[in-house]
Amino acid sequence: MTSVSLKNVSKSYGAVEVLRNIDLEIDKGELVVFVGPSGCGKSTLLRMIAGLETITGGELQIDGELMNQTPPAQRGIAMVFQTYALYPHMTVRDNMAFGMKIAKKPKAEIDAVVGNAARILQLEPYLDRLPKALSGGQRQRVAIGRAIVRDPKVFLFDEPLSNLDAALRVATRIEIAQLKESMPESTMIYVTHDQVEAMTLASRIVVLHGGDIEQVGAPLELYERPANTFVAQFIGSPAMNMLPAELTGTGAETAVQIVNGGAATVQVPSEAGDQGTAVKFGVRPEDLTITDGADFLFEGNVKIVEALGETTVLYFEAEGEDASFVVKLPGIQSIRKGAKVRLTAASEKLHLFDASGISFLYR
Amino acid sequence: MDGIAGRRPLLIWAVHLSVAALVLLWTIPTFGLLVSSFRDGDQLSVSGWWTALTPTERNIVYRAPAAEAQVEQAGQWVISGNVFEGQAAGEITKFGFSSKAPTAFDAGQSAELTKGRTLSVMANGDYRIASSEEMKGKRGARIFFTSIDPPRFTLENYRNVMFSEGIGRSFINTLTVTIPATIIPILIAAFAAYALAWMKFPGRSLLLAVVVGLLVVPLQMSLIPLLRLYTDVGIGKSYVGVWLAHTGFGLPLAIYLLRNYIKGLPKEIIESAKVDGASDFDIFRKIVLPLSFPALASFAIFQFLWVWNDLLIATVFLGNNEEQLVMTARLRELLGSRGGNWEILTASAFVSIAVPLLVFFSLQRYLVRGLLAGSVK
Repeated sequence: MTSVSLKNVSKSYGAVEVLRNIDLEIDKGELVVFVGPSGCGKSTLLRMIAGLETITGGELQIDGELMNQTPPAQRGIAMVFQTYALYPHMTVRDNMAFGMKIAKKPKAEIDAVVGNAARILQLEPYLDRLPKALSGGQRQRVAIGRAIVRDPKVFLFDEPLSNLDAALRVATRIEIAQLKESMPESTMIYVTHDQVEAMTLASRIVVLHGGDIEQVGAPLELYERPANTFVAQFIGSPAMNMLPAELTGTGAETAVQIVNGGAATVQVPSEAGDQGTAVKFGVRPEDLTITDGADFLFEGNVKIVEALGETTVLYFEAEGEDASFVVKLPGIQSIRKGAKVRLTAASEKLHLFDASGISFLYR
Repeated sequence: MDGIAGRRPLLIWAVHLSVAALVLLWTIPTFGLLVSSFRDGDQLSVSGWWTALTPTERNIVYRAPAAEAQVEQAGQWVISGNVFEGQAAGEITKFGFSSKAPTAFDAGQSAELTKGRTLSVMANGDYRIASSEEMKGKRGARIFFTSIDPPRFTLENYRNVMFSEGIGRSFINTLTVTIPATIIPILIAAFAAYALAWMKFPGRSLLLAVVVGLLVVPLQMSLIPLLRLYTDVGIGKSYVGVWLAHTGFGLPLAIYLLRNYIKGLPKEIIESAKVDGASDFDIFRKIVLPLSFPALASFAIFQFLWVWNDLLIATVFLGNNEEQLVMTARLRELLGSRGGNWEILTASAFVSIAVPLLVFFSLQRYLVRGLLAGSVK
């Protein structure tokens, strides 16, 4: 059942168009993550769903009802802000009860609902404290509690973990994942620029870039089958290596000759007309391995070695415009700076994009 | 390094010294006013407040009674008495009988007058004019003397001011003007400031520009037109008129100050309240108002002081009768009709300072930082 539906939605500030023709169906019970670099419009899109920004064009439906002009409070949504946005002069209890008090709910009901939310979020000892007496993580839990109390159809999270320190971010991320599990019926939309949050929390990820949806899909689908070079390089860390190449053989499998490198066979189909065109050859740093054989993808001198213990990241000298690349090898490696290394990768781990950046898989 | 390390303390010293200078500049006259208000009127008129603790030297003329006050004592006709009769006694150092030489004799000496008469004045003010034959004449002799008065402090000035000079009534009148003239603009301005900061409506920025523009309009320009308008609509010279006037003149600054403060509140708090279902009025009342206390308090102090100290608007829009004469106008009258009575002036000035100080110190606790702590980050 569709919970949130965006049809051809756009947003512009005067002549500046920040979102174009967004089409998206979000099912009930999904946790959809909007991810993208700064300024891609992901927060704007979320705020449009919340009703905090007007919708310039298109339709927004929540539970089948047109919501374009409905004020935020009547949309059946609750929002958790990046900056918590707690009411600083109210206790935790009053913060969570504020919405219900405005709605003039009976006191007993308010107490029960707030008590329940506090129990879920382990905030019971802090109910009578002011926000300033709480830690960052506790404040964000209060903000989440305020959302739970509203019992919304859709939860909206706007970068809720950005203000927390690294350790707390991991802990709160897990809490949100557990919260989602305990509320399988609730739809959640979560905005972040952090791909780890996106990959770990999402049932589906929406990758936004420059006001357009680049790809929608399950986290691993995006990782394994990126639709274009942007998604390919945005998902995964370090980013996917992208090398210029020439297409040399077409068919169910495609043969390419990498510029300044070796030849490779990529397991994607291509058509006869593609023969001889310039393409972009992609391979993830973690899919590369060192080889001694003659059958290598590229050869280069190690410029920088980053030994992290669990992995070793090698940066290679740039040769040509697009030729700098990165390799992530497991464990501790004995390779030194300046060493000449040959690299290869399994054929099914290779990606191929046409000159405009579209994956051959999605043409 | 030395340069940087050396300059900073210097700067701090400069700051401290200027603060000290400013504090002195403000407190010394105030202190002088305070001291003066407790001094005896006669002493105040001849010496500065900084001499309040030292004796005062005064040159006084006393006219002795005419000849009919003489009594015959041991073959001499004598007029005697005390030069301080009816006033506070001092200690006499010099005396004389002519305006050409008012300090010719030391106290206790005997001075030879004309026609064989002698005059002696004791240090305590007792004088004695003696003559071997009966004295004649309708005018008594003049005695010039220099008196050293001990410092005298009194509460009499305050008693006079508060109970007999009509200041008490003016005090009430001023309060009648000031309290509504402070509260009304704050009420209006807070609503307006919220609307201008957070509500979307066409012409909002234009309206704000007009408000800012009104800040620079001199109020003197509108006094006469306003008064004519009041007369036309029948308000005339009344408290309602002066409240409205102060409200009007205070509003631009109030709206501007409050709007800037309210606009500075975190946007997310307002949005969060909107998502929680709060109407604009709810947001204003339950979120914005409690968080705007520092701005409200500082404007309240501004407006209160300005209205309390105002003379111009009160003179124009209020009558000159007992029921409508405010403190400042009363002080001006005291100064005008009895320019010499500094002790009244200083005491009443102090009475009029007391209330603003009280207001400042009681509202000052709302001028706190960190009201938003814990809300966002």
